[in-house]
Amino acid sequence: MRETFVTTAAEVLADPRTTIVLADISAAAFAPAAARYPGRVVNVGIREQLMVGVAGGLALTGQRPIVHSYAPFLVERAYEQIKLDLDHQGVGAVLVSVGASHDRAAAGRTHLAPADVALIDTLNGWTVHVPGHPDEVPALLRDAVCGQGSAYLRLSTQTNARAYPEAGELRVVRDAGPGTPLLVAVGPLLDAALAAVADRPVTVAYTHRPRPFDTAGLRALAGTEVILVEPYLAGTSARVVGAALADKPHRLHALGVGRSDLRRYGTSEDHDRWHGLDAAGLRRSVDAFLTPAGAAA
Amino acid sequence: MTTTTATDPAVLRALLDRVRAGREFGANVYSTLDVLQVLYDRVLRITPETVDNPDRDRFLLSKGHAVAGYYALLAARGFIPVTWLDDQGGPESRLGDHPDRLLVPGVEIGCGSLGHGLGLGVGTALGLRAQGRTDTRVYVLLGDAELDEGSNHEAIAYAGATGLGNLTAIVLDNRSASHGWPGGAASRFTVNGWTAATVDGRDHAALHTALTGHDHHRPHVVVAVVTDGE
Repeated sequence: MRETFVTTAAEVLADPRTTIVLADISAAAFAPAAARYPGRVVNVGIREQLMVGVAGGLALTGQRPIVHSYAPFLVERAYEQIKLDLDHQGVGAVLVSVGASHDRAAAGRTHLAPADVALIDTLNGWTVHVPGHPDEVPALLRDAVCGQGSAYLRLSTQTNARAYPEAGELRVVRDAGPGTPLLVAVGPLLDAALAAVADRPVTVAYTHRPRPFDTAGLRALAGTEVILVEPYLAGTSARVVGAALADKPHRLHALGVGRSDLRRYGTSEDHDRWHGLDAAGLRRSVDAFLTPAGAAA
Repeated sequence: MTTTTATDPAVLRALLDRVRAGREFGANVYSTLDVLQVLYDRVLRITPETVDNPDRDRFLLSKGHAVAGYYALLAARGFIPVTWLDDQGGPESRLGDHPDRLLVPGVEIGCGSLGHGLGLGVGTALGLRAQGRTDTRVYVLLGDAELDEGSNHEAIAYAGATGLGNLTAIVLDNRSASHGWPGGAASRFTVNGWTAATVDGRDHAALHTALTGHDHHRPHVVVAVVTDGE
């Protein structure tokens, strides 16, 4: 996804209103674009507070900033700059991260950002895109750059086998019939979710845009049981789903990455398994959730 | 085309008293008045009619707590109605203890949390440069204690390294940094390639010279020293 992003972002630079702001991460990949568009690919060095502050200043002059770094450095380290230098100034930017929850698991806790979407979700009016395939990235980036508000694109090395374009609204990937439990999978966890419930009577819907969450689609699809499968902090979208279904008796099971620092390395697949987000783990959670109360005994 | 209309100090004091409304203000409010007067009277190319003109000079107040004099000056120069000064900070007031750019005409940034103005100023300078507005200038007013915030040093190093000649920082040095700046605040900038002038923050002629005498080939800092408070 990072390569697709770099290619598309370089194309977007043809619009003189756009500026890419970097903090060394991916700077080499953007070197050709920097040579072609001098002054509109800005690498501030390893200075994330400045990176977001610069984006705010650029936006104040009418530029459309695309700000890019590793998720923990972009969202967590510079959170107050996002809150004040963008939102409070009344200007927008497109933030694009790599690394996701545990793409570089072997790098350890410093490079893991399971809380990024939850942090962005403390802000008002942001659009959040979590593509599940590289081919979903170009349209999402172009739409975000063409928009006025702020958007967060969360890129990952984890992908589904195929792309589902235009999945901002919930897109039913597997229909198990009316009234069946609804599983909503976000971004690159769709394939694991599909495998988990392959032989279970569960409808699976996909989205790569958790904010604004497609609450109308959710209300149309949801029966009594709703399962959320998110590739970031578990429960990030639980409040949105809860509010959307407030007038409907329902049960919600929100799955995602846990809060604890596992202090383990390995691969992203290992971390998915440890957080119960591989197909087997998801199946265990779904089965336990859907087993009628008392039946398990 | 520098504006040369002087703000009447007596009028400014009266407006400041109207903001004050009997409250006690700290020395930092008074120590910024002279710099603000010189900037708005003689340096900044901005008027109430040009607050949305993309070619206007930008003044970014970063030390937002020094806001009373800023509001008084904006009122004196016609950016905001004088009546706005009454009930400053009240439930219906547009004028908070820190300014909000969406509520106050002529205010370029909302601020209050220290260490945000210079980064925003660097971005503003880069945006103007990308748009070919090479004659438009960006001025950021900071405090010496505000320099404690590391974000400033990210901005200082980067602006120096890239020669952002349309950027000027003004450090109002009222010696309020808890651990001081041995060797002077200006040295933090000059070591990164900025030009610098350190002057008496009460001396309007010296401030004007310091704010206008540089060549705009490199970023410039004016350290305005105000040690007597009031």
